[in-house]
Amino acid sequence: MEKEKILSEMPFLKERKTSDGIASFECRPADLPKAAKILRDKFEFQSLNDIAAVDMGECAARRFGAVYHFFSHTKKEYAGLAAFCESADEPKLPSLCPVFKGADWLEREAFDMMGIVFEGHPRLERILMWDSYPWHPLRKDFPLEGREAPLPPSFGGNEAAAKVEPAPEEGGPFHSPSCGTEFVPEKEPRSRQGECETFDNL
Amino acid sequence: MDKCIQQGFDAKSEQGFIYTKLDSVINWVRSNSIWPQPMGLACCAIELMAVGGSRFDIGRFGMEVMRFSPRQSDCMIVAGTVTYKMAGSIKRIYDQMAAPKWVIAMGACACSGGMFRTYSTLQGVDKIIPVDVYVGGCPTRPEALLDALMSLQKKIRGDHSTRELFVKE
Repeated sequence: MEKEKILSEMPFLKERKTSDGIASFECRPADLPKAAKILRDKFEFQSLNDIAAVDMGECAARRFGAVYHFFSHTKKEYAGLAAFCESADEPKLPSLCPVFKGADWLEREAFDMMGIVFEGHPRLERILMWDSYPWHPLRKDFPLEGREAPLPPSFGGNEAAAKVEPAPEEGGPFHSPSCGTEFVPEKEPRSRQGECETFDNL
Repeated sequence: MDKCIQQGFDAKSEQGFIYTKLDSVINWVRSNSIWPQPMGLACCAIELMAVGGSRFDIGRFGMEVMRFSPRQSDCMIVAGTVTYKMAGSIKRIYDQMAAPKWVIAMGACACSGGMFRTYSTLQGVDKIIPVDVYVGGCPTRPEALLDALMSLQKKIRGDHSTRELFVKE
């Protein structure tokens, strides 16, 4: 079985439960490049398909992280690696660019949307939002309508472009913080069994 | 053909000459030779392509000449979500178009931001450029866009084109 082979090759990994049975592992941030390199060279996972940045909520012990999706073209199999940053204020992960060239834009997107800094990335700049944008809009504490931000320079100082007003959705679903005193389980369908989820098993 | 032109034309007595108002001639020419510029930004652009295809055939109304250069077109069809990052470029391309020029906001996103009441989306392209015709729909049906183009023709036929030629902006 592939899963056992990978675990015996890399004892520093921990198995991670998945609903679809794909071999997935938890990994300390420092071990990430090493694990990716071994997956590529010894287990034929030639491509890094995607990086999914994760925000577990404001009060999770390890708030930010990333799940790496690998694919083997020869074995037609997927594998996952999950790594969670140690600090929520300055989330950092090592860059996988030296191992997979394709990680370049994926990491830039994760940096842009979630604010995870990938150390060792050759050119860590915003890729979707404009360069002077100060926020990371897919974090859980970021309001949908956005925060005050300077317009991109291509506007040429055109201030007629009005800002977005918040939508009148108060009371609807997805309008509760994921934890803390203001947490309302009915308003947060993503929480499991009405409990706020924390991730602290590393 | 414009009613005014039809009335002024008599093949037997005038020997090929037409008596009419200059406004009518200019508006007739302008409204039947619109060259649209497809500003395709999202899924509405797919419907815009359908309008150009044979089933709906925008050519029946004399506006099938889609030009991708702002210098050669006079009607910008903004089809799709206008993000803040793209908005500056749209304004710049609109400024590069030669007058007279018109704008159609196609679909809910271009009209008002649509479902994207979010940090990244401009709430309607009319915040940065003047819009002549708004078309609803998510995305717009091809028939609705054809109707919008005919509304634009109707609007152009009501213009005081001659006066605008001699009055500075």
